[in-house]
Amino acid sequence: MSEKKEYKVLGTRPIRHDGVDKVTGRALYGADFQTAGLLHGKVLRSPHAHARIKSIDTSRAEAHPDVKAVVTAADLPTAADKIADLGEGAVNLKYLCDNILASDKALYTGHAIAAVAANDPHIAEEVLELIDVEYELLPPVLEVREAMKDNAPLLHEHLKTDAMGEKSEKSSNVASHFQHKKGDIDAGFAEADVIIEHDFVTGTVHQGYIEPHNATALYNPDGQLTIWCSTQGAFAVRQQVAEILHIPVSKIKVVPMEIGGGFGGKISVYLEPVAALLSKKSGRPVKVLMNRTEVFEATGPTPASYIRVKMGATNDGHITAVEGYLAFEAGAYPGSPVGAGAMCIFSPYNIPNGLIDGYDVVVNKPKSNAYRAPGATNAEFATETVVDEICENIGMDPLEFRILNGAEEGVSRIDGPVFPQIGCIEATEAAKEHPHYATPLEGENRGRGVASGFWFNVGLKSSVAINVNPDGTISLVEGSTDIGGTRASIAMQAAEVLGIPAESVYPTVVDTNSVGYTDVTGGSRTAFATGYAAYEAAQDVKQQMVERAAKLWEVNSEEVQFADGDFICVNGKDERMSFKELAARLDEVGGPVTGRASVDPTGVGGAFATHIVDVEVDPDTGKVEILRYTATQDAGKAVHPSYVEGQMQGGVTQGIGWALNEEYIYDKEGRLTNASFLDYRMPTCLDLPMIDTVIVEVPNPGHPYGVRGVGEVPIVPPPAAIANAIYRAIGVRMKELPMSPGRILKTIGKI
Amino acid sequence: MPRKVHVQTTINGETVEFLCEPRQSLLEVLRDEVGLTGAKEGCNNGNCGACSVMLDGRLVNSCIVLGVEIEGKTVETVEGLAEPGKLHPIQEIFLEDAALQCGICTPGFIVAAKALLDKNPNPTEYEVRYWLAGNLCRCTGYDKIVRAVLDSAQIVSSEVGA
Repeated sequence: MSEKKEYKVLGTRPIRHDGVDKVTGRALYGADFQTAGLLHGKVLRSPHAHARIKSIDTSRAEAHPDVKAVVTAADLPTAADKIADLGEGAVNLKYLCDNILASDKALYTGHAIAAVAANDPHIAEEVLELIDVEYELLPPVLEVREAMKDNAPLLHEHLKTDAMGEKSEKSSNVASHFQHKKGDIDAGFAEADVIIEHDFVTGTVHQGYIEPHNATALYNPDGQLTIWCSTQGAFAVRQQVAEILHIPVSKIKVVPMEIGGGFGGKISVYLEPVAALLSKKSGRPVKVLMNRTEVFEATGPTPASYIRVKMGATNDGHITAVEGYLAFEAGAYPGSPVGAGAMCIFSPYNIPNGLIDGYDVVVNKPKSNAYRAPGATNAEFATETVVDEICENIGMDPLEFRILNGAEEGVSRIDGPVFPQIGCIEATEAAKEHPHYATPLEGENRGRGVASGFWFNVGLKSSVAINVNPDGTISLVEGSTDIGGTRASIAMQAAEVLGIPAESVYPTVVDTNSVGYTDVTGGSRTAFATGYAAYEAAQDVKQQMVERAAKLWEVNSEEVQFADGDFICVNGKDERMSFKELAARLDEVGGPVTGRASVDPTGVGGAFATHIVDVEVDPDTGKVEILRYTATQDAGKAVHPSYVEGQMQGGVTQGIGWALNEEYIYDKEGRLTNASFLDYRMPTCLDLPMIDTVIVEVPNPGHPYGVRGVGEVPIVPPPAAIANAIYRAIGVRMKELPMSPGRILKTIGKI
Repeated sequence: MPRKVHVQTTINGETVEFLCEPRQSLLEVLRDEVGLTGAKEGCNNGNCGACSVMLDGRLVNSCIVLGVEIEGKTVETVEGLAEPGKLHPIQEIFLEDAALQCGICTPGFIVAAKALLDKNPNPTEYEVRYWLAGNLCRCTGYDKIVRAVLDSAQIVSSEVGA
């Protein structure tokens, strides 16, 4: 490996730039926005999981003296079938519109039917009762395998299966079926000494961000629409609202407020178009806030799934063939992350022969959405459990097996792409060398499990502008909403280029009229791609500053170099100036310097992680306690190690929740029975130990500093690692998530 | 609609008067009537702790206290913790330890942590975890939050000792 580069700013741990506002309660999130004349909107939602809407009568609500506007799907422009690319996945606009306000059918409990705006939020809520909706109830279908049956109730009468590029004749709940193939699986399985095959079921889980969705809209009489909201992507909101309301993007300004968590769930719009319509009708700004029940019932959780994995290996530990079958619940409209799941399912491994089938299936649940490494956690839960059983069968250490079969540069995934330089094996080696793995685990009903995970990074578009201040600092203007400290990690990359401290950068996240197009904060892309834009914008500043120094010294710009934070004349003249000194003298040589860059980088790195967990299972209650947890991960280059560790610890914890407690529980009629934080039980700090982290740095050759995205992959290994630990503890293989106390007791035959 | 009720109370050391409907929660009153938006609504039923404030020295979820109940009482919110030009040590340590990501739960955690350290200046890790179990964070995995509270305890107790 090449020698490690020395950095001055990267790898340090400065205080985040937005920190003081966030610890003093001053930071303004979407719900904190206030403006004169504000109205409050509330949404009427379907109490039924599957029903035809025969009529909606809003006249009683409209007659209420405090009501300023009422809207239904009839107020939306007619939507055509059209695919809009929203940065992290394409969306069919007809479905997007129907999900905003149902037109002909309610497809899940909580589906938006109508909305009102009033002076007071309580009145708006009360007035919803004055809207009369006549429903014709239809039987709901709530589980993926049920929905795939020939005689299943159909959600969309006209939906045909796109089966490997061909449309089916019959209507179906199966929106698509695709396949990936590599090598010859028959020959591969014939070479195997051991073949393990199991099927797995995972539950519907929610991202669980603490801040509910919110939107405030002001539709001015000149047709200019301003939206203040908490979103992962202001430009994605602008585009969706433009498409839904048939207005040009230039007529919309989206102001991203601080965002209280997203994890993929705050990319699709829900409230923004509704608030805009209410504002257009009332002529006043309208704020709409979801409550927690609405968040659970009517935003996009990540799907439940049914997965089958078959794997063959030789007695000396080489994987010879794999077969995967993935059926994901898309929710009410097509578009589950089964595609990504199918690309990740076997990707930590170098496998010569493989076949993967994926199915995207609609059911009467909310339209599923991205959730941190969407699809990968479901898929790799299955694979990593099967791998553990293979290791047990052939008597090989499970980390040794993962290193032996690990993916590396030049290896092709089953779905085709060939890996560039990656840190899959290095992350697994770091786990194997960690003291945790060597420490004996003693005690009854205790076990240790390991699992690995893969998730992509995406590139996409980002823009950054930098203005040089006369005091030697820079202001950095960006379009990436900051969910977990990216102001710092982006600012640090600009600081590194210019040889100034991170504290000399003043980053601001601005609205869609004030910065170049920037895609969502998602796909583990922000520190990578917006960081790349900051790097390029800083290079632009540097070049301009070189020219200014040359002017001051009356030499050619080729005779000026920038090194160690100083501009130096190299033609024999003894001239030297720091960035700060030159910044103070810019007015003498042409005025302010502004650098800018817009990038769409393609050199994305993949992210790999390996986790070790110790658990203790209480055989009387079925409760699983996490005793110790260690996560290793390749970060390429950890820009701000504290926030890389934070991403790892947060991802692990969400994975633990998914593994042990979290799931949507529906009754037979399709009503969600646990739509609160009391009943949808996310981990609290009392449920957890400290989460130990090891950052491995295998530079991403596609980024000037080697940065990889780090945000998503740490959620992938926990369910499998915990399932493998439970097996070591009590001798049963758990194949269904969550591995809640009840399910454990059932599996061990106690209930 | 029921008539609004006049309430006089002390918030962050200042006498405050406002009118509120009997059905408005303390959280609504703080945010919408008094203009203190540091307390956040995460669940509105006492399960996430994002709206934590101190009421007469006791840690409460302001979403399940009524605004009219604070008549004559004392409320402390996250906005009242820092002194002019100086953060509270817990706020300082949260920043140094990177104990926040999105920040929406942070005001609640800081208020809850202060309530703990006021009562127990030297808590064990278990005591910190037990006390903070009423505050949900979805970003951090709690590791850095728990460490920040333990680190704050050392500083707060040394300042008290000095």
